[in-house]
Amino acid sequence: MDLNDLIALADRERADRAPVELGVCLAASCQYSGAEQICRSLSETVVAGGLAGRVRVRKVGCLRLCSEGPLVRAEGEGTPPVLYRKVTAEQAPAIARAAGGAPADGVATADLNAPFFSMQRSIVLENTGRVEPERIESAIAAGAYRSLSLALHEMSPEAVVDEITRSGLRGRGGAGYPTGLKWATVAKMPPGQKYVVCNADEGDPGAFMDRSVLESDPHRVIEGMAIAAFAVGADQGFIYVRGEYPLAIERLDTAIRQARRLGLIGSDIFESPFDFRVDLRIGAGAFVCGEETALLQSIEGRRGQPRPRPPYPAESGLWGCPTLINNVETFANVPAIIREGADWFAGIGTQGSKGTKVFALAGKVRNTGLVEVPMGMTLRAIVESIGGGPPEGSTIKAVQTGGPSGGCIPSDLFDTPVEYEALKALGSIMGSGGMIVMDQHDDMVALARYFMGFCMDESCGKCVPCRSGTVQLYRMLDRIERGVAAPEELERLEALCDMVKHASLCGLGQAAPNPVLSTLRFFRHEYEAKLIGKNGEGTHSPIAR
Amino acid sequence: MAVTTLRLNGAMISAREGQTILEAAREAGTRIPTLCHLDGVSPVGACRLCLVEVNGRLMPSCVTKAAEEMDVRTDTEQLREYRKMIVELLFAERNHVCSVCVADGHCELQNLAEELGVDHIRFDYLAPECGVDLSHDRYGQDDNRCILCTRCVRVCDEVEGAHTWDVAGRGARSRVITDLDRPWGESSTCTSCGKCVMACPTGALFHRGASVAENVHDRAMLRFLITAREEKRWTV
Repeated sequence: MDLNDLIALADRERADRAPVELGVCLAASCQYSGAEQICRSLSETVVAGGLAGRVRVRKVGCLRLCSEGPLVRAEGEGTPPVLYRKVTAEQAPAIARAAGGAPADGVATADLNAPFFSMQRSIVLENTGRVEPERIESAIAAGAYRSLSLALHEMSPEAVVDEITRSGLRGRGGAGYPTGLKWATVAKMPPGQKYVVCNADEGDPGAFMDRSVLESDPHRVIEGMAIAAFAVGADQGFIYVRGEYPLAIERLDTAIRQARRLGLIGSDIFESPFDFRVDLRIGAGAFVCGEETALLQSIEGRRGQPRPRPPYPAESGLWGCPTLINNVETFANVPAIIREGADWFAGIGTQGSKGTKVFALAGKVRNTGLVEVPMGMTLRAIVESIGGGPPEGSTIKAVQTGGPSGGCIPSDLFDTPVEYEALKALGSIMGSGGMIVMDQHDDMVALARYFMGFCMDESCGKCVPCRSGTVQLYRMLDRIERGVAAPEELERLEALCDMVKHASLCGLGQAAPNPVLSTLRFFRHEYEAKLIGKNGEGTHSPIAR
Repeated sequence: MAVTTLRLNGAMISAREGQTILEAAREAGTRIPTLCHLDGVSPVGACRLCLVEVNGRLMPSCVTKAAEEMDVRTDTEQLREYRKMIVELLFAERNHVCSVCVADGHCELQNLAEELGVDHIRFDYLAPECGVDLSHDRYGQDDNRCILCTRCVRVCDEVEGAHTWDVAGRGARSRVITDLDRPWGESSTCTSCGKCVMACPTGALFHRGASVAENVHDRAMLRFLITAREEKRWTV
């Protein structure tokens, strides 16, 4: 296939659009609430009602307002798009029949001009909810693989690396390492076997950004990987996706097969000398396999355990070869940067954090779901405007970002902009994008205990501080929560947190104390209130129990 | 051969290219506590006792190569405290009762506790129920004493070439196992060479029939084998 074939295919697909298109969200969360059945019911109504020439039902990806699913988007010529929410199978015929006219009666709709939608800015998710993840033609019509063609024919590998470097893109997996620098390091390793790996082992509790991208627009990630492979001189890629994401695995598998069939991955891509193959590797449920060195061990078929760095994977990764490893969202940014240019991307966001960030907004807010916002937006705007503030009877107390490696930011610091350095300064991290909102009923000690329990269970057991330290920290937090801890316990807790943070081998252990340290920093009174008082009395005295 | 110079606790020392901080420090006569490290097998940086401060950052000296401009501190107050805590965590993790242990007096964990001044344990004794495997006719395995240093795994794989040992489970539930978690005596890969017993720092692997304090690890034998193979030198 060459560029002309690709353009012709896109034109054919676009010409095939019906006057009215109904997009049914079939990402995991809507699917679990019955979207498949709605989709069938819509199709049946269209056929039975003789609407086949006018209305087409499309199986699309995430429509973002997950809490209101199942979601159906109706788009017709000359009428504004309508987003139906909490759709039932019984309502489907009405939606199909109303298509193109006024919204169907009796079906709830979401306001597409509400801040939840209008304040978002889409780069990674630009085609999410628009393309059909199981049909490559649909992705191509939306522009997929055009950036790859551009890179292969009009840019040198060095120019691609330079473009990414100048864009200011930083790793979206959490740590925020400059992506261009990472690419340049792999590119500068001597020629020979190199690999590109996509880290799709998204494991933070409450995080589902990468899953949504993979389920909604898998070709975007494959294209990003192919561009990266061209830039660094690799010819083989692996997508390491967690086994708990069966739908993402299925769609990736379909996407890879379809791309291979069209020659968009494989040998001599776009009639250039560039070869690139992609294979899937399925994780078996270990959180630590999201740590890059453990992930590489796992791909090699070994026990998923981190190893000390250096050497970094860029120098010695899979089977000792230079390996570029980036997160799903990082790769998903690449096609847009190549298409629009580094300056465009660098114009979005703040000084140190460019572009957008996708968050999985969850917890005590009215609107939960998938949001993509420009870097630098305040937490307040995300929580109160996009999230719609707290539900009835609730007062927001804090947000938790970064999952078990992150921390809590209290509501009086909600004017903090979302950027790597600002969040780090508050003892949290950007993380991969989980954002959990908490209200006055949420107990910070219980939260810290929960995350510590998570780290304890997920520790690989290799280094002593993490393997054994997390067990002891969990027990201390449990005692404090139950009100049976003496005041000295707090000092011991802090001392052990300090050791685990500084002495652990990998990021999992080093970050495991973060939820404790950040809640201690902002909510110390909650801990102190639970300690046994000096005379053996306290609010939670064991004697009183 | 290229040589680098670096600062070790304030004094300038030299190191050959490729040498780790640990090796360079040992040559310079500075002791850094280690536990999972074993001369002759690959380092893993797991026990974290050999952490040193390099230009203000903590790095495991067993896997960090010495380099020009490094300012290494091996014995700061912070490091002493961390090491003490790590040893305490190990004592709390399983059932280390020296007075009835076959390795009493010949135990690296015990020696380290003494060296670091561990006189009590500030953490909860977890007292897990661990098994003892006496199915092998010459050796025994007591999980109560295991500190998961993986010396046995590495020595069996890298020196003997049998790879009988490996680690099963995760986190605090990790254990060393033989073959696919079969009793040691039924292992079809074990050559009964005993290198794992020589390598074990504690009383977790022992010669059957050894009583309290009778299990002496033969580290010199391992050293002899390794120099013989690597350097074709049959004297240590």
